[in-house]
Amino acid sequence: MRIRVDEEKCQGHARCYGFAPTLFDIDDFGLSRVVGDGTVPTELEGAARLAIANCPEFAIEELSD
Amino acid sequence: MTTTPPVQDWASDFDVLDPDYVADPFPIWDELRPRCPIPHTNRRVSSWLPLRYEDVTAIAHDIEHFSSRKIAVIPITGEEGVEPDPVLPYGLPPISSDPPLHTWTRRLLLPWFSHRRVESYEQMTRDLCNRLLDGFLAEGRADAAADYAQQIPVRVIAHILGVPPELSDTFTGWVRDVLEFADDPVRREEGSTGLINFFVAEVGRRKDEPGHDLLSELLHTEMDGELIDPAVVLGIASLVLIAGVDTTWSAIGSSLWHLATHDEDRKRMVSDPAVWPLAIEELLRAYSPVTMAREVTEDVVYAGCPMAAGDKVLMNFPAANRDPEIFEDADTVVLDRALNRHVAFGSGIHRCAGSNLARMELRVALEEWLRRVPEFHVAEGATVTWAGGQVRGPRSVPVVFR
Repeated sequence: MRIRVDEEKCQGHARCYGFAPTLFDIDDFGLSRVVGDGTVPTELEGAARLAIANCPEFAIEELSD
Repeated sequence: MTTTPPVQDWASDFDVLDPDYVADPFPIWDELRPRCPIPHTNRRVSSWLPLRYEDVTAIAHDIEHFSSRKIAVIPITGEEGVEPDPVLPYGLPPISSDPPLHTWTRRLLLPWFSHRRVESYEQMTRDLCNRLLDGFLAEGRADAAADYAQQIPVRVIAHILGVPPELSDTFTGWVRDVLEFADDPVRREEGSTGLINFFVAEVGRRKDEPGHDLLSELLHTEMDGELIDPAVVLGIASLVLIAGVDTTWSAIGSSLWHLATHDEDRKRMVSDPAVWPLAIEELLRAYSPVTMAREVTEDVVYAGCPMAAGDKVLMNFPAANRDPEIFEDADTVVLDRALNRHVAFGSGIHRCAGSNLARMELRVALEEWLRRVPEFHVAEGATVTWAGGQVRGPRSVPVVFR
């Protein structure tokens, strides 16, 4: 599983960080980006799906490759 | 406080300060949503009140038609005037502004409330909560809203701004005058004058004697080689105080009221630490305190509603968060709700700049209360009172400990 954060959509709600602090890095302005290339370790796939489903800006997506 | 006639028809004549609405708006929203999802009123000023998640978030993202230059839910006397306020010519940026002013003032403010910075305020928040609990624990009873919730955010904000925490009661009074008693022009004027005069003096003092607080650092920040206009700093500081006090206090108070009246939820939070991350978000969803206004910039028909330039749209984030189209069993608090795309902190470019701080304060306030007062309920015969309008939350929740 691989995910990405759409920087145009992210408004810094930080909900993703709440679910999976090791998958997301949030800067001083609240903007979230994935750590590394966004590959999600198997044991964190549930947390990643919660992050996707709870983002109020629909800014996180699962990549299909 | 002005008295207004009772509401006959919520679809065409709503009143957000109606006492029944303030105490329990949820059944009114539920009744309206299917038949009139965007009610209108001519009370105070022509205003629309979207109730569905889809509409509230769509309008929040359409900053071209819906400006943030007038954000008061209860219109400020003279707000419609064209002359800018001589003391606050920039308003309260970034909340009361659109880009470009919004963009750069928000960038100045956000680092003070980044999650890393907020971690550094956590221990002082925890100590503060425990001092408050020490004060009433032995009595076996307290007012969870007035003695506890109300006392916490104002002191944390005073710390961040670098203003004396001993003045907390004064700050709280000003903020209540400006928000809770906004319909009373005398109180509103007193509150806003008191607050602004205070910050004018604080800004003046810091020009020569800077500290390490938000006010000092903003006053000594350069943009394009020049210091920021002190009037911008004055607006930002006023905003931080106004927005950082009543809001989080209301969220803490509502959450404690919920736990005082729902034993199963209270027991689960005491016994199940794993539920906390979801539970905090669920309490924020179910008891979202804040409604912000937008001003319609040009005549527009939105979802069949003929919105005229100058109308207000009251961004009902609390009602959006109870929309059954989006949230299953929306009127029930489900502590472990896993699908919870709530907009308690707004939506779009005006996402609450202090959301990380608010979330931390709510969590720590509940952690310390439940650690030391695991069992409590509303005192028999006691009256719980609520405030509403721009910010909804309980003002008095008398509880007894068991």
